[in-house]
Amino acid sequence: MSNERAAIKTLNRTALTKRLVRKLTRQEAVIGGIGNANFDLFAAGHRPQNFYMLGSMGLACPIALGVALAQPERGVVALEGDGSILMGLGCLATIANMKPRNLTVIIWDNGMYQITGKQQAATSGMTDIVAVARGAGIAASEWVRDEAHFDRLIDRRFDDGGPILLAVKIDDEPGNAQTPRDPPLIRSRFMKGLGTSRGGALET
Amino acid sequence: MTWSDTFLGVLKDNDVRLVSYVPDNVLTPLLKSVTTDNYFLSVGATREDEAIGTVTGAYMAGLRGAVMMQTSGFALLANALASLVMPYNIPAIMVISERGTLGEFNIGQALVARTMRPVLDTLGIVHHTLDDETRMRFVIDSSIKQAFATQAPVAFILSPLLTGGNPAALAKLKV
Repeated sequence: MSNERAAIKTLNRTALTKRLVRKLTRQEAVIGGIGNANFDLFAAGHRPQNFYMLGSMGLACPIALGVALAQPERGVVALEGDGSILMGLGCLATIANMKPRNLTVIIWDNGMYQITGKQQAATSGMTDIVAVARGAGIAASEWVRDEAHFDRLIDRRFDDGGPILLAVKIDDEPGNAQTPRDPPLIRSRFMKGLGTSRGGALET
Repeated sequence: MTWSDTFLGVLKDNDVRLVSYVPDNVLTPLLKSVTTDNYFLSVGATREDEAIGTVTGAYMAGLRGAVMMQTSGFALLANALASLVMPYNIPAIMVISERGTLGEFNIGQALVARTMRPVLDTLGIVHHTLDDETRMRFVIDSSIKQAFATQAPVAFILSPLLTGGNPAALAKLKV
């Protein structure tokens, strides 16, 4: 294990998601990956610019990249678990090469597939997500050392300075809410939040 | 006008600016234009489901997109289609160069090609096989408009009858 990864504090996803959401003052879009990442995003209080993924494991970052390219003036944050990002590491290479300055990726790394019964993930062993991301070409990738470090790292405008990847070592607590399983509603509300709704007067 | 010029012209007519793709020999003329023409925003993806994710995010944020891939790449898409594109009603435009038929040398391609239309049919995704240059403009233009009007994906399968197939593959078949 790299020294960088060994020397960090284990944090809590629910608490850090709340800290992040409190910092989002410019209608930033947030893509919550499948499972605990989006459950805790929902638990932190629904915002019109939240998108909750109820399937398609591994696609939070590609979806966030699409949003970031379509609306380059809006900050975009992807919240993804370590098991999910392991499923599609290639997207880190794509993001590195597209260089979206308005995209931030946050990886919640508990080293396990918590939701399916805490089976070990490769990240509990040899695989260091920050090293992978740097190798893919996202130079601004780093491990979050503790709460104060997290606060410093997110004390910025999310519409510039990217792409950035932050990896957070977290405990094994499950997500703290269940997002309503209504994909058309989730999409419709998200598009309203991004100003791209087709609903017209129906949305008012 | 070549089939690829016609195709790109219809994408422009319908404001489809984002193209995410995994390369393929037959798609070369399309991809060459997409990556050099400033109208298009091209995203080289590492996998086809990644491209579907990017087109989905872009659509919800107001930018229309298409995914270009070959037959074997489509075979990676069942989960992304069933758990993202279909339930969230995403009008993803899929452009698939058809391998595995009409002169295929690779048994893997021939076998995986058999899964494509059954997967599309099972999910109820409208698909059109383009094999005739004279009719393709109407087919793609009307189907793209229908996709966005009805919030549903559509797949265009580029038959070797239209594209001439993969010349490298055909050469390998020579006895």
